[in-house]
Amino acid sequence: MSDTPNVVTGDFEAPTTEPPPAAENPKSESAEARREIHDMWVAGTEEAAWMRNYTDEGAQEMLEAGSDPAVEIHRGTTVEDDFVFDDEADDDELQILNMGPQHPSTHGVLRLHLELDGETIRRVKPIIGYLHTGMEKTAETLTYMQGSTNVTRMDYLSPMHMELAFSLAVESLLDVEIPERGQAIRILLTELNRVSSHLVWAATQGTDLGAVSMMIYGFRDREYILEFFEKTTGLRMNHNFIRPGGVAADLPDGWEDDIEQIISKVAAGVSEYEELFNGNPIFRDRTMGVGVITPEECNALGVTGPMARAAGINWDIRKAFPYSGIDKYDFDVPLGKHGDVWDRYLVRIEEIKQSLSIVRQVLETMPAGDYRTTDRKITPPPRKRIDESMEALIHHFKLFTSGFKVPAGETYTAIESPRGELGMYIVSDGRERPWRMHARTPSFNHVQALPAMMTDSLVADIVATIASADPVLGDVDR
Amino acid sequence: MSESTMNDTVFEPLANAFPDVKFEQVLNSKQDVATVPSEQYLDFVIAARTAGFETFADLCGVDYLRRDPRFEVVLNLVSHTHVRRLRIRVGVPGSNPLVSSVTGVFPGANFYEREAFDLFGILFEGHPDLTRIVLPDDWEGHPLRKDYSVGSVPVRFKESPKAQ
Repeated sequence: MSDTPNVVTGDFEAPTTEPPPAAENPKSESAEARREIHDMWVAGTEEAAWMRNYTDEGAQEMLEAGSDPAVEIHRGTTVEDDFVFDDEADDDELQILNMGPQHPSTHGVLRLHLELDGETIRRVKPIIGYLHTGMEKTAETLTYMQGSTNVTRMDYLSPMHMELAFSLAVESLLDVEIPERGQAIRILLTELNRVSSHLVWAATQGTDLGAVSMMIYGFRDREYILEFFEKTTGLRMNHNFIRPGGVAADLPDGWEDDIEQIISKVAAGVSEYEELFNGNPIFRDRTMGVGVITPEECNALGVTGPMARAAGINWDIRKAFPYSGIDKYDFDVPLGKHGDVWDRYLVRIEEIKQSLSIVRQVLETMPAGDYRTTDRKITPPPRKRIDESMEALIHHFKLFTSGFKVPAGETYTAIESPRGELGMYIVSDGRERPWRMHARTPSFNHVQALPAMMTDSLVADIVATIASADPVLGDVDR
Repeated sequence: MSESTMNDTVFEPLANAFPDVKFEQVLNSKQDVATVPSEQYLDFVIAARTAGFETFADLCGVDYLRRDPRFEVVLNLVSHTHVRRLRIRVGVPGSNPLVSSVTGVFPGANFYEREAFDLFGILFEGHPDLTRIVLPDDWEGHPLRKDYSVGSVPVRFKESPKAQ
């Protein structure tokens, strides 16, 4: 896998921004004194550039990523903290703090139980379950036809992926082939959904670190995609559009123009975000070396998706176990190096661009034909046929009253959701309802990995780390 | 539907080391499943990790109610080197639902085993913190068991004289 040619290596160039000019502060005597010295003695020598950028708060020029020893210490390559956790120690030393479940930066109802030694976090325990609604139990009472209405409510930021994972699992038990157009529509919608989900991540990551305007930009650009979803499926979220057997309907007239519009608007938006973030010293300082997770920790904790790729693990289910014909399209898997919040930002921004490229390829190569399988035991007949054919009427009636039966067996089918590996484990006993349905949701693992990323870091980094893990609490609690 | 995977280079060493483990390939040979006796479960998981299945994916419980053993714990592992998945199934008796914990091998199983304990009442021996995770601590019963009914809340409609 490591020699796959279609891979952007983690060498993201630091932006070559000109260092900002020194602050003009005529009131400061020291600055004036320095300028005098500069004019008298060092003008024209090598120190001149350094002196020009020197302000009251130190040198203000950009540093190359990783070139600063302080950053290296912070990234974990050099250990300077010699604190040893002692269970027997006096509890007065540590302060217990509960963050959440109503804290606005926990992206829902996540609660963190923190043990603080001054400003440093010594232990974290994520406490979840505030949004648990027993969806896995509900799934056992719904037929396979109704099942996708249930799963789509788990990860409400990427409902298309939830529906696709469920449909693929049911189809693997049924052993049906989906027509090419149906598969292409699925890829189109899921990749658009990946973009919209990453846009929400960009919006929240920005606003959690103080770039409140990012909130507006992210949600503004996501709206273009949601409008298209509403036009196609009738709803902005919880679509129930991708169903076992294909998709619910064909794409609306004029969808090509809509997609063109989305691609150009979102691509323009993404370059705005890069302008906003890449050279921003505050954003760089608050993300570089923060929330580090190593590849070994990722594997052991089941951390997948952009988080694992930011740590340098070259693993994307779209490449490893292709589904719905995604292998027909050409795209790259961006990788990071350090596994910190900054690398996750770079990886996700690049994933938006790659997904837009997939969407463009789908637009150019959309095959003609059926959008769902013509097996009438699984998908209902067209409305017109019901008036003409008794058999079609019976099929329609049976499907909508009792659903279809699925052969006994068990399956685990996984896809690459915007957050990581989204798996669906279904046990069928040969009837219309699943005997057991279990969703392996990436946010669950990422919340579990928060202690590994936060321990021995500062309280101020909690918010940046949670935002970079991009948890959806509906996905965690189910 | 099932066939032997004995001549598979990835699984051959595992199959030779664990003769009691039943390997099969299901769903058009796309998914690899190993059914493991519960006393060899932990050893097999360690051996599977050594054989290249280094990434933890998923763990969940299943209740088969009238089957013996009643419960099953299903563990999914991924190998990045072989680009394959392995599903490990282990039966857990209903009378004494106790099985080894794999948190020592894969720390990622921690939350999943707590979830299986919470929703099925399966006990994991050696788990560092086996407490309820998604339900409140004072909840009674284990809702995903098949003998736990879905339940309902009586709703009284305003205009209906019948509903009481």
